[in-house]
Amino acid sequence: MSATDKPAIQDTPDTALSDEELALVAPEVMAHSVGDYFRAWGARIRNGESGALPVIAGLVAICVFFELERSTFLHANNLVNLFVQATIFILFGAAETFVLLLSEIDLSAGFGAGVGAFTMLELNAAPVNFPWWLAIIGGLVVMMLIGALQGALVAFLGLPSFIVTLGGYLGLTGVMLELASIDKTAVGGVINANGTIANLYNSHISPTADWILAVVCVAGFAAVSLLRHRSRVAQGLTTAPLGVTVIAIVGVTVIAIVLTLIFNSNQGTAITAIRGMPYLVPMTLVVVVIAGLFMNKTRMGRYIYAVGNSPEAARRAGINVKLVIIVGFMLTGLVAGFAGLDYASTQGSMSTDFNGGQSVLFAVAAAVIGGTSLFGGRGKISNALLGGLVVAVVFNGLGLMGVSAAVQDIVTAVVLIIAVTLDALVRRRATTR
Amino acid sequence: MTDTAQLLSLRGVSKRFGPVQALADVTLDIPPGKVTALIGDNGAGKSSLIKTVSGLWPQDNGQILWEGKEVHLGGPRDAERLGITTIYQDLALCDNLDIVQNMFLGHEPLRRGVLDEASMEKTAAKTLQDLSVKTVKSIRQPVASLSGGQRQSVAVAKAVMSNAKLVIMDEPTAALGVAQTGMVLDLIKTLAGRGVAVMVVSHNLVDVFQVADRIAVMYLGHCVVQGPATDFDRQSAVEWMTTGSMSKAAA
Repeated sequence: MSATDKPAIQDTPDTALSDEELALVAPEVMAHSVGDYFRAWGARIRNGESGALPVIAGLVAICVFFELERSTFLHANNLVNLFVQATIFILFGAAETFVLLLSEIDLSAGFGAGVGAFTMLELNAAPVNFPWWLAIIGGLVVMMLIGALQGALVAFLGLPSFIVTLGGYLGLTGVMLELASIDKTAVGGVINANGTIANLYNSHISPTADWILAVVCVAGFAAVSLLRHRSRVAQGLTTAPLGVTVIAIVGVTVIAIVLTLIFNSNQGTAITAIRGMPYLVPMTLVVVVIAGLFMNKTRMGRYIYAVGNSPEAARRAGINVKLVIIVGFMLTGLVAGFAGLDYASTQGSMSTDFNGGQSVLFAVAAAVIGGTSLFGGRGKISNALLGGLVVAVVFNGLGLMGVSAAVQDIVTAVVLIIAVTLDALVRRRATTR
Repeated sequence: MTDTAQLLSLRGVSKRFGPVQALADVTLDIPPGKVTALIGDNGAGKSSLIKTVSGLWPQDNGQILWEGKEVHLGGPRDAERLGITTIYQDLALCDNLDIVQNMFLGHEPLRRGVLDEASMEKTAAKTLQDLSVKTVKSIRQPVASLSGGQRQSVAVAKAVMSNAKLVIMDEPTAALGVAQTGMVLDLIKTLAGRGVAVMVVSHNLVDVFQVADRIAVMYLGHCVVQGPATDFDRQSAVEWMTTGSMSKAAA
């Protein structure tokens, strides 16, 4: 069996792998069967290279806890709220992932998103009156320029990104206040979101469309996975066992059905029923999927991983390291711009009360809790999905329990510290091995 | 000097850093398809020579001939374009990327605008097979999970894929165990057997005598002697390295 799996190294004696080898290698690389695959997974978890599983386990545990405390927690109504709350953490987390992979950090992403959102709303309002899509693009362009500027300072002057973006944090706070005060439509530092931008949150995709969307997503995922599997086997390339692919497809199908059922249940009252998925949810998924594909399928994505692990190796491979760093910061800005849009839409307005400092901490928290390393080179955009959900669940659950904002912050901090500690421990294990 | 077609020839190459004469009038020939070992004590100028040939430190005086024609190595890119690849001790691999990703880093082929993983994996597998690298379990393993010898193999395979004509290896067997060393030495022989010129810089005379076709000795910035490995034995090599000359009795 292995001979067809791995013609490259046919003459390798097909001995069983040690736990250590299994632990270091992605399970799909070594496994010849579904059983092997799960054995490899088990070994990885025992060695601390666990991937998403502990996060999922933690998420389930927290959810069970809140459900026991407040039986309203798992109500469809609250779950829809929770997913919408999670979108902003997910987007911020995905944004921060780019710079974290480069072994940098962007502390300005929060207030940057504030500036981006103000820009969008003001371009959309009088006197500019751009259409909604142009206004959004305008805000995103501003975000990328901010990222390019900070990235250039880091790349060309070799300044620590911590300091550069700390400066950005303060500077952009000022820029945001200034933007609010020069605009005559912004009464008391508040500017309202109108039209499509507000409707991203307020409007829902109809239940029928939800089902169509779910079917399209599942069918697309299944088709791509199966075709990819078939073509790789045909070409004799390293391939995960078919069973694993099938399990993944089944998993995605179950998740899609459950989510659709939740979103299609009534979130309003018996009299005025509200059903369907707020547009922010598919927007977030699309951003995360595109960002993930970018990291996996393009040269620039791969170079971000390379530079994050070893700038010297990347430089010797002929990669323009400075450009990669600048692009990384621009992508963080771009995706943080979507987070700003999400915030403005959810609030129905942008206000100078926007807490960009807290936002950026949640951005880092969502990325790191999801499993992205603070030390560069390790992690995925999709990790932010889980990380963002964890942050949202903690907030939502504590909110239901009527805990004060102060305690909410403390609990989130504890969750973050645990995640960072796990990251550091995994790293230490990896280096002492 | 045997004047059969040399791949690389240095003629009176000098390099000076302030008062320090790093290279003094070095004359050295590297033939294709042969392993040339460059040996010498610490500070003898081995590293300076590598850096000059790989374009990092252009020489002050003297000529560098590549396939008989004079060339100017003004930077690493110049050397790379000629087909000179240097594998430094740190190997310059990314631990978080797998073998295929490392071998193609910076030169990834694209198909319809996205990375062409299939062709990369096939080419990488073929290259490793040609080099008789058999100990890696899967070419999709991250480099972090490889042993020292396997990492060295990946670095060499990377050089081969860039169509290198001269591969310079800096202390390739330092920090390796016995089995790993044997594996790397076999790899070096395979590489030379494919017509690639290999220059190995090493302290380890046991390894040098196992693998080298030719030996060149550096002493205080000079290349004091070069010739077929059979002209040397351990004792004479040590004497050349430590005194820069040869007493008549031992010769």
